[in-house]
Amino acid sequence: MSEQTTIDHDVLVIGAGGAGLRAAIEAASHGTRVGVVTKSLLGKAHTVMAEGGVAAAMGNVDDRDSWRVHFADTMRGGQYLNNWRMAELHAKEAPARVNELEKWGALFDRTKDGRILQRNFGGHRYPRLAHVGDRTGLEMIRTLQDHGIHEGLDVHMECTVVTLLHDGERIAGALAYDRERGRFRVFRAKAVVLATGGIGRAYSISSNSWEYTGDGHSLAYLAGAALQDMEFVQFHPTGMIWPPSVRGILVTEGVRGEGGVLKNRDGRRFMFDNIPDNYKSQTADDEEEGWRYTQGDKDARRPPELLTRDHVARMIVREVKEGRGSPHGGVFLDIAWIKDRVPNGAEHIRKKLPSMYHQFKQLANIDITKEPMEIGPTTHYVMGGIRVDGDTQMSTVPGLFACGECAAGLHGANRLGGNSLSDLLVFGKRAGEYAAEFARTNGDVRLDEREIDEGMRLALAPFERGTSGESAYQVQDALQTMMQDSVGIVRQQNEMEYALTELEKLKQRAERVGVPGNREYNPGWHTALDLRHLLIVSEAIARCALERRESRGGHFRDDYPEKDPAFATFNHVVRRGGDGAMVLDREPIPALPAELAAIIEEMK
Amino acid sequence: MTSSTSPAGSHAVDAYTAAQEAQDAAVGHSARTFRVWRGADGQGELRDYTTEAKDGMVVLDALQQIQAEEAPDLAMRWNCKAGKCGSCSAEINGKPRLMCMTRLDELPTDEPVSVEPIRAFPHVRDLVTDVSWNFRVKPTITRFTPRPPDAPDGTWRVDQRDVDRVQEFRKCIECFLCQDVCHVLRDHHKHDEFIGPRFLVYAAALEMHPLDVADRTAQLKESQGIGYCNITKCCTTVCPEGIKITDNAIIPLKERVADQYFDPLRALVRLVRGKKR
Repeated sequence: MSEQTTIDHDVLVIGAGGAGLRAAIEAASHGTRVGVVTKSLLGKAHTVMAEGGVAAAMGNVDDRDSWRVHFADTMRGGQYLNNWRMAELHAKEAPARVNELEKWGALFDRTKDGRILQRNFGGHRYPRLAHVGDRTGLEMIRTLQDHGIHEGLDVHMECTVVTLLHDGERIAGALAYDRERGRFRVFRAKAVVLATGGIGRAYSISSNSWEYTGDGHSLAYLAGAALQDMEFVQFHPTGMIWPPSVRGILVTEGVRGEGGVLKNRDGRRFMFDNIPDNYKSQTADDEEEGWRYTQGDKDARRPPELLTRDHVARMIVREVKEGRGSPHGGVFLDIAWIKDRVPNGAEHIRKKLPSMYHQFKQLANIDITKEPMEIGPTTHYVMGGIRVDGDTQMSTVPGLFACGECAAGLHGANRLGGNSLSDLLVFGKRAGEYAAEFARTNGDVRLDEREIDEGMRLALAPFERGTSGESAYQVQDALQTMMQDSVGIVRQQNEMEYALTELEKLKQRAERVGVPGNREYNPGWHTALDLRHLLIVSEAIARCALERRESRGGHFRDDYPEKDPAFATFNHVVRRGGDGAMVLDREPIPALPAELAAIIEEMK
Repeated sequence: MTSSTSPAGSHAVDAYTAAQEAQDAAVGHSARTFRVWRGADGQGELRDYTTEAKDGMVVLDALQQIQAEEAPDLAMRWNCKAGKCGSCSAEINGKPRLMCMTRLDELPTDEPVSVEPIRAFPHVRDLVTDVSWNFRVKPTITRFTPRPPDAPDGTWRVDQRDVDRVQEFRKCIECFLCQDVCHVLRDHHKHDEFIGPRFLVYAAALEMHPLDVADRTAQLKESQGIGYCNITKCCTTVCPEGIKITDNAIIPLKERVADQYFDPLRALVRLVRGKKR
């Protein structure tokens, strides 16, 4: 096969969301030739959907905030499984990264004295999220996009990577195809940055876009890299649930930050009924104190609706299971009640939460300034991902870097809202910087023709089976339903064992998938190729979840409902074994330096 | 929490999932027909597909269902399915709209729903068009150029009112529906001389940015063809974000150009807006 064209870059960035663009901009600023490969058009990546804000301890609203508090909040939220070096760098560098966006044209909402305004969010002790109404992600991606197009990036739009390429142990580039015409492209690169986002499409109820099929996780795994802590999947507590076609679409945590409350069928604020011990001292005693907190009273503590997402999601599931849910199988989220508390209430809500107002009006015929929303948990984020070095973001494969959601470490067992947008800025920059350095200090790479041929053969196999094979959509649907039911919010041993046997059957079905039609913009083909990635990440999630016989952060076991200190000392790591089977190991977490340990102790 | 166990080999549906499934089963549905443009490189035909439409469905749901049921190779773009990314632009019953935000129950039930690609750009396949021209135009507009920072720490002080003034333009999701409906591009194919409503909004966002100090009036007049717009407001009508493209972006830019070049358009603009100065 010799139809493919070869394109040379020093650094190849795979993914053009916030992390990928930030990495590409940084790598280019160090004088390297940078290519960006994206499955979609530029500016459409999942970052666009982030609503609430970007967490950075700038202290513009409450000057008691500092990187030390942000660090402690992030570690507490992550239940101390975090890569503490990443949590430290993240807390220290986030303010500079946010200010840099302003230099590039982002316009955040302001304080009265004209500085960047910050809002409350779950798990953050002080108002910390810089934001633009409830469309912060759009502002960020557009800023990075509009800055990036002047920085000499070579952007390959609607281009999908099939496999990473090697030169010996080292990464040497990627084989991809353009979606429009289906032609193969070989990218030769001295360093590769994966910034492919998450895995939400492995589940049937998800807030994630179609692109979130775990490509980066799976490409890295197949290239020999280690994945870490894949059991930790975040189910966001508030997704739309009605009508069914919108189920899973995100309802921003900002609704609760602005004073929205959760109620069950009986009108009870059930979140007050169960507050975890490690958050008791930070949580409001009553509804009045909670309201004062959302309105900026520095002496008040946060309402229980703003506890961490894992906890809120489980409490919602409990209300529904015990028969106290809303008519469509969720609970009520009410922001309309604040009309009695603020002047021009309806207008205030529309101004603070314009996208939410629009979304419910248009998709559910609900006016959120008048009636409560019905919400339920939705698959939102994966804390686990590619195992990387905290400073450089390099994976366990030389020359292969990862940043943003597809990398593991910063968030531990549970991510705080707002920490993903800061994650992608801080570690996008770092990945770009160190990838550029790697490209500069290591020589040219040589491609292996056999690896390229094998990749092309694999990619075209579904066409050979044509209409005689099974539909890719059916296999994808079966996988999503199985993962939702068996490796979802509440897990237990027999269900996950069932999931692993089902995954073996689904792998066989995936190998029999056939695609009719030709290679030009054929979504059936794209879906068939995504299946391989979805199956690998699903297996990694199920294997890690089965082995973690405790409940912690985003991982909840019905058969082991308590936290077990024995599981607090290591990360789960999966690799591809010599025989192609997935191997799971425990990697001990390095001891915290005394300085960081003291911060955690002080903030307890 | 109550614990539910399942027999080995069968899969457990817990009370939560069961509640969701019961809701799905209770949803009303009826068969609807969709007349979808199929073909490549501008050649093709409208083909009918019938599928079960459930209450609350949007056009994108129906097309995804058709993909899964009988047309796996039906080409279309979509990403977020929440009206935030602007990928799924199409012409639905002849009107440029986002497929993910168009509910079936707002379209007439007594006739098929027609779904066709947007027309202002070269056709690729089925509902996909080549919109790359837009990505080439954007870098020709002078980039954001901030004034020196206001504070020694390199930050700026901005009044919220000045932020609010441009937020309308910054809501743009780049769905290019305004480009699709603009007759200068759609009918007269002035892609080489005119940047279209999307990029006039982009230029307006930069020109009115409280920190920006660049002047884009010369390029707007000379190479970006702002004079071609004769303010028929078609773009404003189709904007899914409700941006008042003509009134709030294009006309003020035209006024800036007129102020600098004494363009006779200025008189026309005043006439149309009915304003006396």
